[in-house]
Formats: sequence, structure tokens, C-alpha cells
Amino acid sequence: MPVDIDIAKVARLSRLELTPEELDGYGAQLEVILEHAGRVQSLATEGVEPTSHPLPSTNAFRADEVTPSLDHDEVMSQAPESVDGYFAVPSILEEES
Amino acid sequence: MTDPADLGVVEASAALAAKELSATELLQAVLTRVGATEPHLHSYLSIDREGAMETARSADEAYSEGTAGPLTGIPIALKDNMVTRGLETTCSSRILAGYVPPYDGTAVRRLRQAGAVIVGKTNLDEFAMGSSTENSAFGATRNPWDPDRVPGGSSGGTTATVAAGGALGGFGSDTGGSIRQPASLCGVVGVKPTYGLVSRFGLIAFASSLDQIGPVARSVEDSVVLLAGVAGWDPLDATSYRGDLPDLGGSLSEGVAGLRIGIAAELSGDGIDPAVAAAFRTMVDRLADAGAEISEVSLPACTEALSAYYLIAPAECSANLARFDGVRYGLRIDGETTEEMMGKTRADGFGPEVTRRILLGTYALSAGYYDAFYGQAQKVRTLISQEFRSAYQSVDALVSPTSPTTAFPLGDRTDDPLAMYLSDLCTIPSNLSGDPAMSVPIGVDDLGLPIGFQVMAPALGEEMMFRVGAEVERLAGFKATAPLATSEVSLP
Repeated sequence: MPVDIDIAKVARLSRLELTPEELDGYGAQLEVILEHAGRVQSLATEGVEPTSHPLPSTNAFRADEVTPSLDHDEVMSQAPESVDGYFAVPSILEEES
Repeated sequence: MTDPADLGVVEASAALAAKELSATELLQAVLTRVGATEPHLHSYLSIDREGAMETARSADEAYSEGTAGPLTGIPIALKDNMVTRGLETTCSSRILAGYVPPYDGTAVRRLRQAGAVIVGKTNLDEFAMGSSTENSAFGATRNPWDPDRVPGGSSGGTTATVAAGGALGGFGSDTGGSIRQPASLCGVVGVKPTYGLVSRFGLIAFASSLDQIGPVARSVEDSVVLLAGVAGWDPLDATSYRGDLPDLGGSLSEGVAGLRIGIAAELSGDGIDPAVAAAFRTMVDRLADAGAEISEVSLPACTEALSAYYLIAPAECSANLARFDGVRYGLRIDGETTEEMMGKTRADGFGPEVTRRILLGTYALSAGYYDAFYGQAQKVRTLISQEFRSAYQSVDALVSPTSPTTAFPLGDRTDDPLAMYLSDLCTIPSNLSGDPAMSVPIGVDDLGLPIGFQVMAPALGEEMMFRVGAEVERLAGFKATAPLATSEVSLP
């Protein structure tokens, strides 16, 4: 199966800001890998159920008990930027003019 | 007298209990070894001398008070994708450089409770993606049998250091062979337990339906003791196995007489290096002489296991690694908007192999391609699992080489992702099926490089796997040690 990749779109979906040269390089490599990986299509799988998980499992519940959470200060000490105990990011909403 | 750094876990535990050796002396011997070998190996990313010495002193007290267990005072190495509270955990990635976790993973917590001495955190291919430990943002690890060659990967830091005496045992993670393949290339024992046997809580996720923590050791018996220290249900991992634990080492000395052992045909023929194939065949003959009933078992869907894996693993990785976005921990590269900040942080923080797999996974999951790639791969996974289940109707265990080749030179496959991916040809099927598998060293090739033998068993069949593995170990009588495994290293 010929592989057709809009690598710029894939990079955007992946939140990876790559240079045009990087995009070209990865695009070419992905074509080679996907051509090999596309061999999964050579096996007959009509009526075969997909496996998302290796062992049969059902919802796993634990007792609903209150236990200590992670230390807030210790967690926040790892944040690249925080304000008043909250994670801080650049403005998400456009400022009103 | 044997250098304590060369003792096995069980041997050292006995020596500690008999007061022939103290935990602090044992740790000192290991740290001396690390000091001599690390300049040539680069197996550790960080060493926790102070913490280790404190634990060793507590271990000596535990032995005095009679409260010591089988892992008390045993120096171990942990792959740097297992989160350790207060100890930097990087996944060998720039995006996590400097990250000091606020909690311990469950396996780590159990090891600490057992009194094991954590020597340090070992190098890996970034986020466990790779087969050579060359994809590390902090430099490649080298093979203690030949420093110009790779140790395998991604748990190459742990396997290299265990082979060289930089720890008595250790832990890695295995998503497509990342414990077994480097164990094979470094001449040590490596185990991927049944999926769910060891909690993944605190193992930084690569591909959640495939990842499993497992032990690395210098003997089968040691690997059993290490696995016993971390196995068991954990409410913090919804996929951890809730039933009774299988017996692990109960049949180690039973031998293989009367057992039905199948050669996994598709994993033992095409693409296997002649020296590896010959050593494999010789061991199979010895198993037959020891009374095993040998047959050849065909697993035709396994020929597409690699293809399925390189869709499923990147798909899961692209979702799991979305959490590294410069907000809560790790690297941040500033941007005008949050989206720009995230895009720059991720492009800068991830190395080429991780970037490649995120792109691959995102593509395989994207609208219009999902059914042809990811969906189809999941169906192939079903076929592979069915083939294994059906095979285990007629055999007790399956065997194959662990790695198609012995250790290859540094740089040999770094420019050819597909050639690197083929390193995991024999190991990937067990991850897809979730079954346990292990590698046992059986000899060396003409260049003196170790060859590994893989033993596979049905889910929760650890007892059978270890039983066969122990017999393989006995029959091989593999006693060679890596040339670098000495406290007096002198290399040109």
C-alpha cells in the first residue's frame, strides 16, 4: 500500500514544532517504516476481534478510602513556572481589545 | 577471596546473614567497582552514594536484629524510567532533565521496604525507545564485553552494570524486548514477567499495554528472588494482576525430563546470525539429551509481529508522551502562546527516535488511516495471542534465540531505524501476547560476545519458564565474566 503522509499536519497534531528540514527527514523515514508496518495488511483478519490489552480484564475497583495525596509543595517544586501554588502557562485566551 | 561485587544476590544474602560480610562492606565493594568501570561503561546516569550508604547501614542493623529479608542490603541498579522520590529521574531525555519525582513507583517502594540498596539510576534509550542504549540524551552506554559495542537496549544501563559488577542485580522495563535483548548482549539473565505481574505505577509509560518491569541478574535463581521482591497486585495499577501469584522458583531444580519444549520456528530461522543459530541448536540438543521432548512449533502470524508492534507501540507512545508539555514538570521553552510553548518544548526536549515514534503513532491513529494501520495491527495481535495459546496446548514452553545477533558496534544501526527495529524480532511476540519470557546466557561467539537463549511460557507460567531457564543455565555452564568486570580496569 503506498503511503501518503502529510507530515506537517502530523507534526502539528503531535505538538512538535519542527523545522522544514526535520519534517522532510522524518517524512521520508516514516514512509519506509510504514511500508514495512503496512505488512500487517497481508494477514487475513476477517472476523478477528482487535486486542487492546493482553490479558482479559474487567473494571478494577479499589476501596474508596481517603489516603494522603502527594505533597503539594514537592509537586509544585517541579513546575517550570507557578503562581500562588498553581501551574502557570502563557495566556490561552486572546486579550480583549 | 571473591570480590563481593561479583557475588550473586542469593550468595550475598547468605553471606550477610552469616555475618561473613556486612552490607556496608558489600556496598563499598560495589562502589569501588563502579568507580573503576564507569569511565569505560557509562551505565549509570546518577549514583546515590549517601542514600545507598544509609540504607546499607540500616541493613546491617536489620541483620543484627534478625529482621532482614532476602533483598536486605543487596545493591541494585534501577533503570532511570522508574520514578524514585528525591532521586532525579530522567528517562534519558532532555525533557525530564532535573526532574526529581515527588513519589516512589510501586516496585521501587517494595524494594525500599525490602531493604534493597539502590546504588543509582541507569542509562536507557530515551523513554525506553531503542535497542542499543545509544538514544540517550546523556551519551551511550558501552558493552562490558567490548566497549566498542553496544550493550543492547533499552535497559542497557542495567544489564551492562550487572554484567560488570556495578550492582548485584537490577531492574529494567520490557516493551518489545528491552530487558531480554540487552541481557542477551551483556551475558546476563533478563526476565519479562507476565503482563500485570509487576505494577506499572511509577514506571514512566511508553506503551501501556506492553510495558512490564522485570529483573536482571547474574543467575536464574537471583532473578527469581528479585522478581519475588516486586511482584503482586497493586491498587494503583488497574491492569495489575489481582489473582494469586504464581509460584516462581518452586521447580528450579526439577530439570526438563518429560517436559514438552517447542522450538518457535518463525523466531529461530530467517534473520538469525549463524553463530547464534548454532549455539541455539546445540542447547536444544542438550535439552533433548536431558529428557525433554522437542518439537518444532509454527507461529505464522509472528512473522508480522514486528510490523504490528511498530504500529501499536508508537500509537500508545504518542498518547502517553502527550503529558510532556512543559506545564507540570521538566523542560519548558518559552513561547508567545501555550500551544507555541508546548510545540517548542517538545521539539527541543525529545530526541530523534522519540520524535519519530510520536509522529508514527499520531499518523497511525489519525482519521483515515486508523483501520488500515492501528486497527489491523490490533487484529494481528489477536492472531498472535491465539497462536501462542494454541501452541501451549501441546508444549509446556517455547524456545528461540533472544537476539538475532550478538552485540553490534556502536553507531552500526543508528542511521537505519528499520535495521535497529529488527533487533527485537524474537522478543516482541511475548509482549504482544502478554506472556512471560526470559533470556539466559549460553555461550559466546567467535569474538567472545555473549549469546542468549529465550524461554517463553504461557501467561502466569513463570514457574515453568524458570524451571526450563534453570536447566538451560545448568547445561550451558556459562561461567565467563565480562572482561570489564574487575576493579582493576586497564584499557588503552
